[in-house]
Amino acid sequence: MSGEPLIFEHSRPGRRAPSHAPGACADPVGLPAGLLRTTPPLLPEVTELQAVRHYTRLSQLNFSIDTHFYPLGSCTMKYNPRAANSLAMLPGFLARHPLAPAGNGQGVLACLYELQEMLKAVTGMQGVSLTPMAGAQGEFAGVAMIRAYHAERGDLARRVIIVPDAAHGTNPATATMCGFEVREVPTDPQGDIDLEALRQAVGPDVAGIMLTNPSTLGVFERRITEVAAIVHAAGGLLYYDGANLNAILGRALPATMGFDVVHINLHKTFSTPHGGGGPGAGIVAVGERLEPYLPVPIVGERAGRFVWLTGQDRPRSIGRLSAFMGNTGILLRAYVYMRMLGAEGMRRVSGYAALNANYLMAKLGQAGFEVAYPQRRASHEFIVSLKGIARDTGVTAMDFAKALLDRGFHAPTTYFPLLVPECLLIEPTETESREVLDAFVAALVAIRDQARSDAAAVKAAPLTTPVRRLDDVRAARDLDLAWRGHGMPANGA
Amino acid sequence: MSAVPGDLKYTKDHEWIRIESDGAIAIGITDHAQHQLGELVFVELPEPGRSLREGEPCAVVESVKAASDVYAPVAGTVIAVNTALAGEPNLVNASPYDTGWLLRLQPQPGALAGLLDASAYQQLVDAAD
Repeated sequence: MSGEPLIFEHSRPGRRAPSHAPGACADPVGLPAGLLRTTPPLLPEVTELQAVRHYTRLSQLNFSIDTHFYPLGSCTMKYNPRAANSLAMLPGFLARHPLAPAGNGQGVLACLYELQEMLKAVTGMQGVSLTPMAGAQGEFAGVAMIRAYHAERGDLARRVIIVPDAAHGTNPATATMCGFEVREVPTDPQGDIDLEALRQAVGPDVAGIMLTNPSTLGVFERRITEVAAIVHAAGGLLYYDGANLNAILGRALPATMGFDVVHINLHKTFSTPHGGGGPGAGIVAVGERLEPYLPVPIVGERAGRFVWLTGQDRPRSIGRLSAFMGNTGILLRAYVYMRMLGAEGMRRVSGYAALNANYLMAKLGQAGFEVAYPQRRASHEFIVSLKGIARDTGVTAMDFAKALLDRGFHAPTTYFPLLVPECLLIEPTETESREVLDAFVAALVAIRDQARSDAAAVKAAPLTTPVRRLDDVRAARDLDLAWRGHGMPANGA
Repeated sequence: MSAVPGDLKYTKDHEWIRIESDGAIAIGITDHAQHQLGELVFVELPEPGRSLREGEPCAVVESVKAASDVYAPVAGTVIAVNTALAGEPNLVNASPYDTGWLLRLQPQPGALAGLLDASAYQQLVDAAD
């Protein structure tokens, strides 16, 4: 389908890449004879050149930040500096065994300790744990700490987490995973939380609220301190979803807004690679009330030496979330990125992220596109609604997204947030030039022109990609990822 | 333009209700709702025999875009569900008012009073557009 066979289909018996073949192996020691395999594993047998060509071709079939503008709203697909990659791959980091004693790893522990301190500075919080290995696990850790806090106080009636209707779907999912019920509060026409509805929603059964600020609508929650006062007065805590931290980095602190716990996707704001399903890093930062509950391990300092603080040192911790201490390679990349930027650079990140978003929003508005909250300044992303064009021409937001691929742009996020019909959520990030933004506007204008003159042509897009329109329904219902060569059993056998 | 048949009752959550001759009701999602959701990939339905409170989530419709709860428009007991949707959820897209029905309820007496008629629902859809 893609024009590139699977690596297994390149395989021929006996083919080798000698320079990569393992040398003579020692016999396994201490394993029961009955558990040792007698036949070689079914790995593809290819030459080095075949392997290089195969993976290079696959990479060329893809859209990536390295090759294309990638304005996927809510995902912060910014450039990942190569320097961070190079330094995180130093042999001393790469070859370190996770069970090596702390005394042999003072360098890596120093980096992680400093990263904890920098993350406290950018959130205003009192404590940080680096262990959550993805955004979802960071959310889980945050809400689990809220739960532990109420439980330790004997306040067991708090069974509800409040989530605004504009929230990421992960927020209600997290609350449910942590054993809470979800209560939704609406957004007002200006994109802020409906405070009156919030006042009605809080009470002695509410454990807390999960919020993203700026919200998924791409606007800053202006009455955040009132929101915090309402929730705190009712005995609840505030959880900050760090998905949109890129917009306020170095300019506003979640702690000042009144939040008790923050999770941050280092793979977004702090520019480590993402989009491929991991590895990620969803660190958590907390205020004083939740500090005792942070997941372990945490890097501590004792008499000038860095040490791992574990459950023995922190008995009220919610526990471990990963076998060792999180995705160290990702943490190191974020560390290097932050050290390269410094405090001044952090402010430039959010400044240019907001400038690029507002420039793009203004240009699209001038070009006649309907901006969802035109009276509001965009944060780092904004929403365009194609409702009018869809009604007039039948060409939908999804058709625009597909047609952008033919013009060399990754599509923005479509149909999220659900509050805005036929929407594109566009996040240019700070790392794009004005020329790229102008070219993106020109592409959207050209697609709109084509929608009016030849809607069927737009609905047929993409024409230039390795796979054309996918059957979304079949992809969801009959997903088939297994290759069944080499006499492997068929699905379900 | 979404179809809004005149002989059905509706809710503001975009569900339709057909009152049948035996006093039972059939429930589905409206043409407007299926347009908004896009092509459905899964439909989750309740167990027959389950009793539902008014407003209780009783089914889930999931499309390539979003998953939405369907709420019991009135209190009642589930007497049948559309088992064909397990294999062909897109019947809801193709025929929301007929072969794409979701479930049948035996409503509690007097439960039908608060439902919208077709013209009230049409106004709601027009306002959303």
